[in-house]
Amino acid sequence: MFKLTKKIKIFSFSLIIIGLLGIAFGFYSAPSNIEESKEMVASHDHDYEHSSDHDKSSQYYNKYESKEGGGHMSHDEHVYHQLANRPWAALYVAAFFFFMISLGTLAFYAIQRASQSGWSPVLFRVMEGITAYLLPGGLILLLILLLSVFHLNHLFIWMDPEVVEYDKIIKAKSGYLEPYFFLIRAVIYLSGWYLYRYLSRKFSLLQDKSNDNNYHIKNFKLAAGFLVFFLVTESMMSWDWIMSIDPHWFSTLFGWYVFASMAVSGITTIALISIYLKSNGYLPNVNDNHLHDLGKFMFGFSVFWTYLWFSQFMLIWYSNIPEEVVYFISRIEDYTIPFWGMVVINFILPFLLLVSSSLKRVNWILVMAGIVILVGHYMDVFNMIMPSAVGDQWFIGIPEISSIMFFAGLFIYIVFSSLEKAPLEVKGDPFNEESKKFIYPF
Amino acid sequence: MANKFLHAIYDDDDKLMDAVKYLKKEGVYIEDVFTPFPVHGLDHILKLEPTRLAITAFIYGCVGLAFGILMINYIMIVDWPQNIGGKPSFSLIENIPAFVPVIFELTVFFTAHLMVITFYLRSRLWPFKKAENPIPETTDDKFLIQIPISNNEKDLKAKINKTDIFKIDIVENKNE
Repeated sequence: MFKLTKKIKIFSFSLIIIGLLGIAFGFYSAPSNIEESKEMVASHDHDYEHSSDHDKSSQYYNKYESKEGGGHMSHDEHVYHQLANRPWAALYVAAFFFFMISLGTLAFYAIQRASQSGWSPVLFRVMEGITAYLLPGGLILLLILLLSVFHLNHLFIWMDPEVVEYDKIIKAKSGYLEPYFFLIRAVIYLSGWYLYRYLSRKFSLLQDKSNDNNYHIKNFKLAAGFLVFFLVTESMMSWDWIMSIDPHWFSTLFGWYVFASMAVSGITTIALISIYLKSNGYLPNVNDNHLHDLGKFMFGFSVFWTYLWFSQFMLIWYSNIPEEVVYFISRIEDYTIPFWGMVVINFILPFLLLVSSSLKRVNWILVMAGIVILVGHYMDVFNMIMPSAVGDQWFIGIPEISSIMFFAGLFIYIVFSSLEKAPLEVKGDPFNEESKKFIYPF
Repeated sequence: MANKFLHAIYDDDDKLMDAVKYLKKEGVYIEDVFTPFPVHGLDHILKLEPTRLAITAFIYGCVGLAFGILMINYIMIVDWPQNIGGKPSFSLIENIPAFVPVIFELTVFFTAHLMVITFYLRSRLWPFKKAENPIPETTDDKFLIQIPISNNEKDLKAKINKTDIFKIDIVENKNE
């Protein structure tokens, strides 16, 4: 049995408290009206040329407004909205990132169950621990979305009826992008995912005490059903929660792209937590062979993510259709370092670190590659949400870092206190013996 | 050099593994093992050196990558610049996304083909080569351990009969 140590408790609570303070500071320092925002921008860039750059790039966002509504929003007002959005967007990026880790782990866990894998049962309890964050993380996300619907923040411009009125493209999509329908969909996704997590955990604990394979079979069927539900709802979730922040733009492989990010972050977290538990003397049955397999998945999904990222990027870059390409122009021009840096740390570094079979068996290499991957995929979510929400007014400062700290603390506390609730070893799983003996033919 | 060999033939990979482990423990010198497919873990027991094919694969990939970049640069930028899809920037770095698929395919092509050739050379396989395996069944469903005999035939047979054996053959070296 795992015991939650005082060290973890103090660590996670201090992360939560410092994070909360930082988040509060972020909201406090955001401008509350146009005058304040003007002052902030003026104090940030003294040189005139720079601010005319802002004018140019914000045209990408203002384009539809100037076309449809005769430019009813001035530049200053626009910058004010972006600055006011920043603490919300920072909170949303971090909330989504940590939620995505537990959702990716849930999907990976369901794949292990549905494929009846022989290697993974020794890691089931770690995965179940990570998915414990699904409900609290999902509820926080739902709360942020609820606040958006009630106009307490302006992350989703299509929720503003005034914008929709002046905008032909959003108007055409208003059947789907309808605030209450949006909320109902979010509730359906979250309750479906949580239902699977609840039942599979319950069956998994019951299987420990049972003498037959009844609960194992139930879990197998449940996982297969969940995967069908997940693949549809995950795709729709990515349109709803991320793609609709840019309501003019769309990409048909966006759901897969988000899934790749999700899966690789989830698997990386499984590896990191397993290594942590192992180094503290738990998980005696997990050895280099299991970590090697996780390393292969980290490598594989990093390459898969790159493949989808590049497929999306190259087609839009090459065809150069104005409606589509603004998405990448705004990212390349205003987010040059995070945009290209993300490709390096999500593809080249994991590729070189994890390409060799023997390096995947070295724990500290796995930890290093894991940290690189998690940072890279935070940047990926950052790049998906920030450019549309705050435009060129981005910075990785106090609101962003303290949001990460807050959710990291919450994540660590919930995951480790859930690991405490059940033995770290599954007992009744029919594949348990195979998993203990698993040797990668290396 | 021994010119007499004992061929211990098995009909299952698990039986073979057990036998090899047992014979190793008894200190029997095993010259070679022939199997129809790679038996996982056998190389560890026989203490074979790990393959270096993976390292060559990485090198060949780098060669392919470099070749791909040089080739596309010569074709599309140096020799005959073209305006494709309104992107006539005549610069490799600005057009690189369009060339990535070509460079990627060449990397895969080089890795795959050069690895196959390396594997054949390393295993001394070429067209019209005479097979080295002692009996053709080792390409079908039999597993064979080849042990040289000096003057310990009886002792060897006794030890091998303790394993789950399918058949024992004694053969003279035909090369002499």
